[in-house]
Amino acid sequence: MSGDAVIEIRLTLNGESVVAQVDQGDRLLDFLRYGRGLTGTKEGCGEGECGACTVLLDGLPVNSCLLPAWQANHRVVETVETVPEDELSALLESGATQCGACTPGVVMTGWWVRRNRELADTHALRELMAGNLCRCTGYDGIIEGLEAWLASAASGRPGSEEGA
Amino acid sequence: MKRVEGLSKLTGREMYVDDLPVDGCLWGATVRSPAPRGRIREIRFSDTVDWSEFTVVDHRDIPGSNSIFLIEDDQPVLAVDRVRHLHEPVLLLAHPSRESLSRALSAIEIEVDVQPPVLDFRHRPGPDQIQYGNDNVLKHLRIEKGEVESALAESPRVIEGEYETGAQEHVYLETQGMVAWEEDGVITVTGSMQCPYYIVDAFEHALGRSRDAVRIIQAATGGGFGGKEEFPSGIALHAALLSMKAGRPVKLIYDRSEDMQVSTKRHPSRVRHRTGVDHDGRLLVQDIEVILDGGAYVTLSPVVLSRSIIHASGPYACDHVRIDGRAMFTNSPPFGAFRGFGAPQTQFACERHMNRIAEALGIDPVEIRRINLIGNGDSTATGQVIRDGADRVEVMQRALEMSDYRDRVAAHDEFNATDPTRRRGMGLATFFHGAGFTGSGEVFLDSEVHVAGLPDGRIEARTANVEMGQGTLTVFTQLVCDRLGVPAEAVVIAPADTARVPDSGPTVASRTVMVVGGLLEKACDDLRERVGLRRDAEGHALVAAVRRWHDENAGQDLLGRAKYEQPEHVEWDDRTYRGDAYGAYAWGAYVADIEVDLRTFVVHVRDFVAVQEIGRVLHDTLARGQIQGGVVQALGWTLLEECKWRDGAMENSQLTNYIIPSAGDVPPIRVAFLEAPYPHGAGGAKGIGELPFDGVAPAVANAVASALGTDPTFVPITPEKLMDLLVGSAKTAGGAA
Repeated sequence: MSGDAVIEIRLTLNGESVVAQVDQGDRLLDFLRYGRGLTGTKEGCGEGECGACTVLLDGLPVNSCLLPAWQANHRVVETVETVPEDELSALLESGATQCGACTPGVVMTGWWVRRNRELADTHALRELMAGNLCRCTGYDGIIEGLEAWLASAASGRPGSEEGA
Repeated sequence: MKRVEGLSKLTGREMYVDDLPVDGCLWGATVRSPAPRGRIREIRFSDTVDWSEFTVVDHRDIPGSNSIFLIEDDQPVLAVDRVRHLHEPVLLLAHPSRESLSRALSAIEIEVDVQPPVLDFRHRPGPDQIQYGNDNVLKHLRIEKGEVESALAESPRVIEGEYETGAQEHVYLETQGMVAWEEDGVITVTGSMQCPYYIVDAFEHALGRSRDAVRIIQAATGGGFGGKEEFPSGIALHAALLSMKAGRPVKLIYDRSEDMQVSTKRHPSRVRHRTGVDHDGRLLVQDIEVILDGGAYVTLSPVVLSRSIIHASGPYACDHVRIDGRAMFTNSPPFGAFRGFGAPQTQFACERHMNRIAEALGIDPVEIRRINLIGNGDSTATGQVIRDGADRVEVMQRALEMSDYRDRVAAHDEFNATDPTRRRGMGLATFFHGAGFTGSGEVFLDSEVHVAGLPDGRIEARTANVEMGQGTLTVFTQLVCDRLGVPAEAVVIAPADTARVPDSGPTVASRTVMVVGGLLEKACDDLRERVGLRRDAEGHALVAAVRRWHDENAGQDLLGRAKYEQPEHVEWDDRTYRGDAYGAYAWGAYVADIEVDLRTFVVHVRDFVAVQEIGRVLHDTLARGQIQGGVVQALGWTLLEECKWRDGAMENSQLTNYIIPSAGDVPPIRVAFLEAPYPHGAGGAKGIGELPFDGVAPAVANAVASALGTDPTFVPITPEKLMDLLVGSAKTAGGAA
């Protein structure tokens, strides 16, 4: 909110060291979209239900609409813009994206699972993806794409451990 | 072919309206009615805000007619002296800071002398509640075939039923939004939309601008489902009015809560059936009454009602049919276009009723469908003789086989006899969906498509039909490639920008591929002819010929054109509602396998099989995606999504308490297609987008009925409502014992 205290934060954003001034009331989502022009991260609901604004904070998925920007101070933030394109072919093939508004959030949760493949041993993919609402695909395209993505990672194709 | 814009979406590069950088942009906001009905007595601006910083627009700033151009002129762009629904737009504000805007919104008080609203479309309005005509009926339509009264009198059995469906919010993941600015005397708007030319019409009407002083450009659109058919015209007008007054660009983006409170929803319905049958279950006569909640303005309700009643008698052959439909005025925000457009409501009723008839006669639900499904040569309620498409019984048979229907019915009987807390059931629905505009609608649309040969030899398809997730860009690219024999790299789809593309009609009614795609093919043929090539010319010859044409005609446009022509077999009489309601129907048979937990009353979908005939499948991944997405959206309507109302508007306007399905709530949707190419559709295709919505609610509700031996006549079947139904029936049973 204007009139609120301005806070200086230092963070690692998509691999880069960043120093920025944020308002006390700014959400991480606002900072990314309007402060840094990283519009890949979308606002779907603004209350942490839909997951369209998912980013990774110190490697874990969070809803950036629920996180005050100043809490990113001294943390590592990754957005959809950092995911290498050649990681995305399985999702492209399977029909994981239709309108695209939920897609960056889906990709970020998927990227987290992809980098922590053991998650898929103990959790169903549908459970891991339950925080990312999609209104277009009915989820089959997303789940099948993730399965193929994980399988390609396991077989050492682009985006295996070395690339991560 | 891979989705053309797929990588752009996966990488987050795709630009939606809120992503567009706009220099010197103001933010817009809407001040809304605090009451569902009344006279505006006073509007007070608190002196805690410096209003000189703000652009403020009211109805006096509208240069043309103060109504949103559609079927009737009854919906104001901004309220004048009375309001007819909660949240109706009254004033518009713009300011450089979003925070200042939200403070300003709470510093304006609109005082309304409240009058008695109509809040239930099922009740006859009192004299002081009449607000449309002399009976609040927004539209009355009737279909009559044969002799209904005498057929009812002669029927060995008459089975009655009453069915209700609730409203549904679209929840496109991208909310509504527009940005407007003026440039060289042209008012320009870009944003989230399905129908750029609807907005051109609306601007011509309300802004008094000539069509060439208006430019509408679709931005990447994050889902529509009908919710971005007619509704965006109002937001576009609001953004334009603010921008014209401020002399600066204005962005007007709804947040989720505002979007859910004020935007259109699926029409709530009540449908009554009175059906005469013989002892074998053959349909002798169907007498059906449909009422829809239209909300506070006419908007699209007449055409939703039309599609609703045409589909109300289901995919069955019956000689005597009467369907009486009314769309009712209420003081709710108008209900509007939503995938299926009235057909899911009436087919839910029809398919529940078929099971009720089967139950009453002691016939198998499969058998009653087998003997009544419409065959080639039979006629629909409007008298349309069905001539093509896959055999409907074969479609149903395939769904039964894929779902192991018979074996599972037996297994569930056994399970239900022994399990203490759970009940399982199988449910079947057979249904149909007419593709394209109803009756002579496509003739009135008069759609036009251009295919340009560019100087570098590439081919550019120019239509006003938009990509909103359903795959327009990909299928159009594929159709041009196939028709002209050129590679995908040689094909460009022009942006849906009214300064560049002709009016090929709205992106609605499952018409984009079947109708507009067909025009695209014809425009390709025209282009090839214009460069002097024969039908069998190879693609590389075409590219060379296009370049040569430009060498010889430098600076000129090379355009292949096509305009809609009604297929010869289609005949329709709007006055009597007789004839060929649609050029073609798609046919479906869906089977749901569900489990109810008797402790929580949650209905869990264990398996879902969706079999359909949609002509030819043009793109397997996209077609499956349409079916799977449609099924899951309809599962939400069936089991989870309930609008809670306060003063006629949605109160649970948050995804926290308006629950849509997540990946964890639904099983894989198993899809199969039977193919029967439709000669008048692009590549043999019929419409697909809306079909899946029609079969889901009845399949699930029939499964719940089978699991519990109860008779849910409504959706959504939420745990609360199912508990009421079961506890209620338990009480009744207890009383009788």
